[in-house]
Amino acid sequence: MTTRGIRTAVAALIALALAALAACGNSDDNAGPGPVTATSGAVTGTVTVFAAASLTGSFTQIGKDFEAANPGSKVTFNFAGSPALATQINEGAPADVFASAAPKNMQTVTDAGNGDGAPTTFVKNQLVIAVPRSNPDGIKGLADLAKPGVKVALCTEQVPCGAAAKKALATANVKITPVTLEQDVKAALSKVRLGEVDAALVYRTDVKAAASDVDGIEFPESANAINEYPIIVLKNAPNRAGAQAFVTLVLSDKGKTVLTQAGFQSP
Amino acid sequence: MVRAVRQDAVARSEVATPPSRRTQRIPAPLLLPAIAGLAFLVLPLAGLVIRTPWASLPQRLGESGALTALRLSLQTATIATLVCLMLGVPLAWLLARVEFVGRRAVRALVTVPLVLPPVVGGVALLLVFGRKGVLGAWLDATFGFTLPFTTTGVVVAEAFVAMPFLVIAVEGALRGADDRYEEAAATLGAGRWTTFTHVTLPLVAPGVAAGAVLCWARALGEFGATITFAGNYPGITQTMPLAVYQTMEGGDLDGAVVLSLILLTVSVTILAALRDKWITSA
Amino acid sequence: MTEVRPEPTSDPVVDAHLVVERSRFQLDLKLRIDAGEVVGLLGPNGAGKTTALRALAGLQPLTAGHVTLAGADVDRTDRRVWTPAERRPIGVVFQDYLLFPHLNAIDNVAFGLRRHGMDRRTARRVATTWLARVGLGEHARHKPRQLSGGQAQRVALARALAVHPALLLLDEPLAALDARTRLETRAELHRHLTEHDGATLLVTHDPLDALVLADRLIIIEDGRMVQEGDAATITAQPRTDYVARLVGLNLYRGTAEGRTVRIDDRFALAVADPTQGDVFVAFPPSAVALHPHQPDGSPRNTWPAVITGMQRHGDNLRVQLDGPIGVAADITPAAAAHLHLIPGRSVWVAVKAAETRAYPADTRNQGFRPTPP
Repeated sequence: MTTRGIRTAVAALIALALAALAACGNSDDNAGPGPVTATSGAVTGTVTVFAAASLTGSFTQIGKDFEAANPGSKVTFNFAGSPALATQINEGAPADVFASAAPKNMQTVTDAGNGDGAPTTFVKNQLVIAVPRSNPDGIKGLADLAKPGVKVALCTEQVPCGAAAKKALATANVKITPVTLEQDVKAALSKVRLGEVDAALVYRTDVKAAASDVDGIEFPESANAINEYPIIVLKNAPNRAGAQAFVTLVLSDKGKTVLTQAGFQSP
Repeated sequence: MVRAVRQDAVARSEVATPPSRRTQRIPAPLLLPAIAGLAFLVLPLAGLVIRTPWASLPQRLGESGALTALRLSLQTATIATLVCLMLGVPLAWLLARVEFVGRRAVRALVTVPLVLPPVVGGVALLLVFGRKGVLGAWLDATFGFTLPFTTTGVVVAEAFVAMPFLVIAVEGALRGADDRYEEAAATLGAGRWTTFTHVTLPLVAPGVAAGAVLCWARALGEFGATITFAGNYPGITQTMPLAVYQTMEGGDLDGAVVLSLILLTVSVTILAALRDKWITSA
Repeated sequence: MTEVRPEPTSDPVVDAHLVVERSRFQLDLKLRIDAGEVVGLLGPNGAGKTTALRALAGLQPLTAGHVTLAGADVDRTDRRVWTPAERRPIGVVFQDYLLFPHLNAIDNVAFGLRRHGMDRRTARRVATTWLARVGLGEHARHKPRQLSGGQAQRVALARALAVHPALLLLDEPLAALDARTRLETRAELHRHLTEHDGATLLVTHDPLDALVLADRLIIIEDGRMVQEGDAATITAQPRTDYVARLVGLNLYRGTAEGRTVRIDDRFALAVADPTQGDVFVAFPPSAVALHPHQPDGSPRNTWPAVITGMQRHGDNLRVQLDGPIGVAADITPAAAAHLHLIPGRSVWVAVKAAETRAYPADTRNQGFRPTPP
């Protein structure tokens, strides 16, 4: 076999492989690429929602409600820390909706021109101290977290949960040295559930979602560090109709009920 | 007989192609995939270098966070490698030289950390060494000491994921070693331990070194088990990979690229220097 | 060997009955070596020579029997006594020398000394002396891969002798050398073995080694001793096909009545010495003459034969012949050409009775089949 012959064969193979991969990548989208607005106003197709980790439980429920109301539709979620989501969106990730745990990360997206219109604040979230069930260390407030021997998990400053915690601690004039700085609030909570730390500063919604494993201790300073959650349809949304329908559902009474039940506050 | 063989070889070499011309005829089925493989590995690295914010690089480099994470990474990876050597070489010897019931099962178990997703490995470590873990609870009660959130915990996590590399490399080297030298040592009066330290180990030293290098590299890049088991705190448990991740998650892509570049440069330099040394010492 | 063997004044250094059983092989050998004695263990491949050596060294446990070295039992199966190799007073020179590749010559020789408790400096000093004794003083710092075959062999010998072993074991010590080096090394080895005051067992398949180096020979075949004695006796009166082939003799067994030896009911040989009963008859290939027709005259041993093969043998041609007995003849190339000798050709063989030797056989040697060398 000549060198040229081999080169052609290899090039052909690579082309074939890429084509196969592309086909695979698209095969999930069995309902077709673009949005189709059916006659009854129901939406079909896949809606991709990038949402902050703290919205995991509530948005999953809302997603199910959406699929029930819009037969033939499918909602897929990407729950992660808000800054990471913003970066992914700005780098071209194919998302329809973005719900952030803080205005700052939403601004990153809108400043880059990736938002469609203006964002809407849809809920607020407040911090609580998560402790293991039945509060074995008797934590009553932020000051108790600074006691020696108490292991605390915080979120990193860069994520909304961590920024709020920093603010709240500054207000209370309490200095604690956490044993770990987690990348998202769910990771911080899991450290409490595993029993590895004695307390963590997480959202009220997280404690409510894990009520069987953890208790939440309210503290007054949390009022100074409330996180506002904005939501927006993205400019390059592959399924614009679906995106708008989802946001509408989130802002509707139905959506509000789910969110309030989870522990969020109305904006 | 020897003379005849030598003449034969001379005759053959006069007919064959001289080396300089032979290298130009590397078979294409080998060369093309090799080049593709190299490109596959190098292009992402090139992407990192191209994307580096060269303008702000000096100022970012000066940030104490980056250097702290780097120092921690190098320290923990080196200690983890030493731990792997101390535990892994005897284990490799056991697998290579001793016939015992269940040897094949043990060998399969040794490769488990390779297959296990590192985060799962971290969870498993928590279940054993965590504050409420099988052994960790006892450690906490007896010594008041737990591994999570400590630098020791980082070493444990790194050693866990990197040990299979060492064990497999050393076992391979031991299997390939000629055990007749050990017999010779015995006839000269060396006991089993002395034979191991004075004869077997020196003979497999290159294999052990190669395994240690692999082990060190893997430990240096370890992320999932570290962040799950040891946590993330600058100066104590935040190794370079964790620092990169945190910077990424914080939305600072440029910062993450810079940190990655630092880690890349340091590790490639060390690895290049080491591997060459161990490979060329015949 | 022209040394006079001293009369044993004390118990033998080696007293062993080696029984090793493996799936297809069984070794059963009684062995006794005195201080200062060099015993050669000679035999074909697979005879059990190396097994015997390894059993003495402690690298192969016995199935039955015992090994007693310097008066102490090191392996006695019925009393479950077992001393591992590292605690036996031995020194071994292996066929491939097995010099430690990561140590230089001095450290190789010093290895055994260090294991026996000597400190590093003294061990190095003694090792240096030994290297000088084997003529390798300037190679002290060389690694084994920098040494030639002959040099490596000498280092291996120095390493084994340095620990002053009660029993020195040599496993085909010259096999890996080319012919010329072998010659020189054999002479030197002879010198060292003479100086060594312990017992020595030399395993070899080269009869020249045995002749030059050993005081006494033990011929082993299929795990059993088939002949024992000093070299001169064995080579003059071989009792097995193997030895006969080694020393290059035509060997047959038959029943003697005076000067006639009946080989089988159809063939008999006339021999020079009158003997009686079960005997061996031997004559060298050089004593065999070939004629195109039946010769008349003195030779009383003549018979028709067919040439089955021819090979070069030194300056001569060795011709294999089939007939009432198989026989090998050494013929000059000129004579072969003159006689038009080719395989398949029929010729007449003639052997003078005066050139034959007959001697009593032993009932020990069973299953002997005559085959020309």
